[in-house]
Amino acid sequence: MQIACNVYDDYQDAMTLIDLANPTRFLTLTARLLPWLAALTAILLLVGLYQSAMAPDDYQQGATVKIMFIHVPNAWLSMFVWGVMSLAALGTLVWRHPLADVAAKAAAPIGAAFTFLALLTGSLWGRPMWGTYWEWDARLTSVLILFLMYLGLIALWRAVEDPSRAARAAAILTLVGAINLPIIKFSVDWWNTLHQPASVMRMGGPSLDQAFLIPLLVMAVAFSLLFVTLHLAAMRNEILRRRVRALQMMQVSRRSA
Amino acid sequence: MTALAALITRDLKIALRVGGGALIGVLFFLTVVVLMPFAVGPDLALLTRLGPAILWLGALLASLLTLDRLFMADHEDGSLDLIVMGRAPLELACAAKALAHWLAAGLPLIVATPVLGLLLNLDATATSAVALTLLAGTPALTFTGMIGAALAVTLHRGGLLLAVLVLPLSIPVLIFGVAASQAAIAGPLSFGTPFSILCALSLVSFVIGPFAAAASLRQGLD
Repeated sequence: MQIACNVYDDYQDAMTLIDLANPTRFLTLTARLLPWLAALTAILLLVGLYQSAMAPDDYQQGATVKIMFIHVPNAWLSMFVWGVMSLAALGTLVWRHPLADVAAKAAAPIGAAFTFLALLTGSLWGRPMWGTYWEWDARLTSVLILFLMYLGLIALWRAVEDPSRAARAAAILTLVGAINLPIIKFSVDWWNTLHQPASVMRMGGPSLDQAFLIPLLVMAVAFSLLFVTLHLAAMRNEILRRRVRALQMMQVSRRSA
Repeated sequence: MTALAALITRDLKIALRVGGGALIGVLFFLTVVVLMPFAVGPDLALLTRLGPAILWLGALLASLLTLDRLFMADHEDGSLDLIVMGRAPLELACAAKALAHWLAAGLPLIVATPVLGLLLNLDATATSAVALTLLAGTPALTFTGMIGAALAVTLHRGGLLLAVLVLPLSIPVLIFGVAASQAAIAGPLSFGTPFSILCALSLVSFVIGPFAAAASLRQGLD
């Protein structure tokens, strides 16, 4: 870390992504940024929730349509987080960016949580709409598989002790997953149309009414900000955790010497 | 080229001789298929209907069971380090190892399919359809599974993790394999469409598998 500081001090003129490779600079920057981000997220979430509560009931679905305002942002983020992790995986494998593996590791549990919430709210929405908590619908099934892949990725992270080796293994799995997820999605769609007719889920035509669209967009932005906030906070924790680990290792080796 | 051919013959010899355990996969396949009637009952009509699905699931589990030997034995005796350092490109060496593994562990499953088809009351058309789809689909299982095997070999306790990592990736192969067999047996869809997609999945896995496996071996073994 000392060497890294000296090297990067020479490039102080421009603030680039490379500058963030210095974990200390990243920590000070995020320390300044996080309270604002958290406050903005809280405000947007409150506004979005209020607007969702005020949104009119659907003429077919009644009040249950309000589940959509939580469900859709979660489902959207469940895929977005895998995209973030794929970018971080490229950063790990191609550029060896020191923060990329921290970013990838911190994103995995958050993505798994969003995916789980999407599944949970989806099944709660399905109970009044379809009369069942679980339907082997194409979308539900592919989100469930996405959830399984998140869990496998977290298991891989936890199976390797050395963080940088775990990062490279997880990066390869993330990229393989990113290539395979569209294939899985396509095949599940195909399988579903073969086995059962189109599902009940219709959103009243392709266009959503403005009364629903605006709260949905606000909630989508709020949840995205929530992800950014949680992700930065988790990255900070991960960096600090690694420092503690390094200090403990140093202490142990000093004691044994 | 000779180095790769030598690698394939070596792997085949090791797999087929005592201690290699290539045919354990077939034995496991047989056991899974024999267990099925005990679970669903000896109803021949039901077994005919479930037959292709049972055979595909059995083949999937059997190929998964043998996958962890793909790199593990070489890792234990040190020859994996030689392969990684060797002059042949690691991607090609991985492809050669996967090919040898498929010849030793995947092909016997397909040979055993007609016999197991008899146990499940499948007629000749159905059995040959399942065997043909297995012939087209099991390479994809081996080549995508190789990624998981390469990731798992660098860990100390990779066995169960391998299954967790590989099984979601093999869902498309399972879907199209069973769909093609069902289409050949009962219709109404044509056999060609799912079968071509199954072949396409295998071809894609030939490209992705060796590169991803070689990358994870290079990253993991240093």
